[in-house]
Amino acid sequence: MLELKNISKTFNPGTVNEKSALSHVNLHLDNGDFATIIGSNGAGKSTMFNAITGSFYVDEGDIILDDENITYVPEYKRSKMIGHLFQDPLLGTAPHMTIEENLTLAYLRASTKSHQFFSRLSKKDKEKFREQLALLDMGLEDRLKQPVGLLSGGQRQALTLLMATMVTPKILLLDEHTAALDPATAEKVLKLTKDIIAERGITCLMVTHNMHQALELGNRTLMMDSGRIVSDIYGEERTKMTVDDLLTKFKENVGAQLDNDRILFSKEK
Amino acid sequence: MYRKHPAEFFGRMFPITVTGERFGNDMETIFTASIIQSAMELGCIYALVAMALFISFTILNIADLSTDGCFTLGCAVGAVVTLTGHPILGLLAAMGTGVLSGFITAFLQTKMGVESILAGIIVNTGLYTINIMVMGFSSNINLFKCDTIFSMVKAKVEGIPFLASWYKMIIVLVIVIIIGILISIFLNTRIGLSIRATGDNPHMVRASSINPAFTITVGLCVANSLTALSGAVLAQYQKSCDINFGTGMVTIALASLIIGETLIGKGSMLRRVLGVILGSCLYRFFVAIALRLNIPAESLKLVSALIVAIAISFPYMKNKLALFKQIHAARRERMGR
Repeated sequence: MLELKNISKTFNPGTVNEKSALSHVNLHLDNGDFATIIGSNGAGKSTMFNAITGSFYVDEGDIILDDENITYVPEYKRSKMIGHLFQDPLLGTAPHMTIEENLTLAYLRASTKSHQFFSRLSKKDKEKFREQLALLDMGLEDRLKQPVGLLSGGQRQALTLLMATMVTPKILLLDEHTAALDPATAEKVLKLTKDIIAERGITCLMVTHNMHQALELGNRTLMMDSGRIVSDIYGEERTKMTVDDLLTKFKENVGAQLDNDRILFSKEK
Repeated sequence: MYRKHPAEFFGRMFPITVTGERFGNDMETIFTASIIQSAMELGCIYALVAMALFISFTILNIADLSTDGCFTLGCAVGAVVTLTGHPILGLLAAMGTGVLSGFITAFLQTKMGVESILAGIIVNTGLYTINIMVMGFSSNINLFKCDTIFSMVKAKVEGIPFLASWYKMIIVLVIVIIIGILISIFLNTRIGLSIRATGDNPHMVRASSINPAFTITVGLCVANSLTALSGAVLAQYQKSCDINFGTGMVTIALASLIIGETLIGKGSMLRRVLGVILGSCLYRFFVAIALRLNIPAESLKLVSALIVAIAISFPYMKNKLALFKQIHAARRERMGR
């Protein structure tokens, strides 16, 4: 369960570059909720994610994850509970380290005992990694010793997904994680994402610029504009909604057309 | 240096290929076993600093400029403790102070917001005074009258033909190989992997519940303990300690590191660590050549700078040359048609 209570963030306050990136955002996600987020560029989608992961502290408000107030918990401690995937597939993995070494790092989140700090990779770990990589169906299970830098963007993103969910996170944040991939690979990574989320009932927030995805995936659709959540669509309203309805609703709520070319293109599937 | 006939000059450079009576008399002055031996001994001692930079510069991607001061700190602490009659304790004490020095450098950059290069420079500056203080406010100490690890072993192997002349080599080799193996094991543990990831992709590290401040601190502490150990071994090896021993150590270690990496390339951690040791020995070998060519000792720093510049740019220039050849060939082919 994730709860954002009235959170605000202003960048460069008191200067000409002052930008109110988040203003009084409220959000309540139940366990197992899967919400897609749409909004124009600069609407505050990524900023909201960064507030949740803790790359900065919010100016006001509270962030509560599973009954724990994490507003001032440092980023590296929060990341034990949060999985975060970026649009750029290069950000989630260490290129000069091998696949198994990357997976070992992800696995660190599971273990907090200090004696494990000095332990090395065991045969059992390797076997486990091999099994999980096989699920990706990308042939990575036979390339454990290869540096991640040699993989393609799609393979790296799939690996990042595996790493982010290796220890089931309390919440998974997907920031357009398939946008930089070619259509076929994007499809594959998206299917993996859906399977993993459904299988383990992970609570998830996903930014997308694809209107079809926004309505198809998950059980809620959030609309953001100027640092606020302007609309929260769920239940029957959502099941009946078409892409055109969604665009109309956006215009009503925001008072402007969606300004993003990608969104308009993605209207026609 | 008096002027020599060019043939004689080259004869000096390539003594093995040029045999015969013409250069026969000169040959003995070239690479005697003892010169190579002492170059290798120094190479192994300085390899510890190169390994330290391997951790801080290659792995953590931090240019740790406190290396010079930390090396002298190891020298000074090692020498002072050795003077009290405990040479082995001297090595350990030096490592301890190295950890401390690394901790302060790391603290400045992770907790006080000081730029990493600046943190190194600040610590380096401060260490100068501390080193003088450690040496009892003098700029050098000599260890001629007390036991060192070398003299202790020497007393044991006296009279045994092979050991009596190679004992120093064996001591430093044992130290450097033990440390090398320990480091490569360490870098494959979970904490070691975290340190490597910190230098490779800080973004990912934060998302993997690793605290980069912690990994940087551990990495710099380990690195600087090796730097200080190297200083302490050198002090005992040369039976003296001077405030200027550490000057330019960063460049020298960097040269060794880059030579090793250029030769060995990427691979497992053990392989890369061994490459660093090899690089350090090779660097000392180059210096020995320079010395044999009668380059005055004062010019050695310039020679090291040149070696570093060449070693670093070598892989780049090699690619450039290949590209140039390719373009040239393509152009010729077009002309041919």
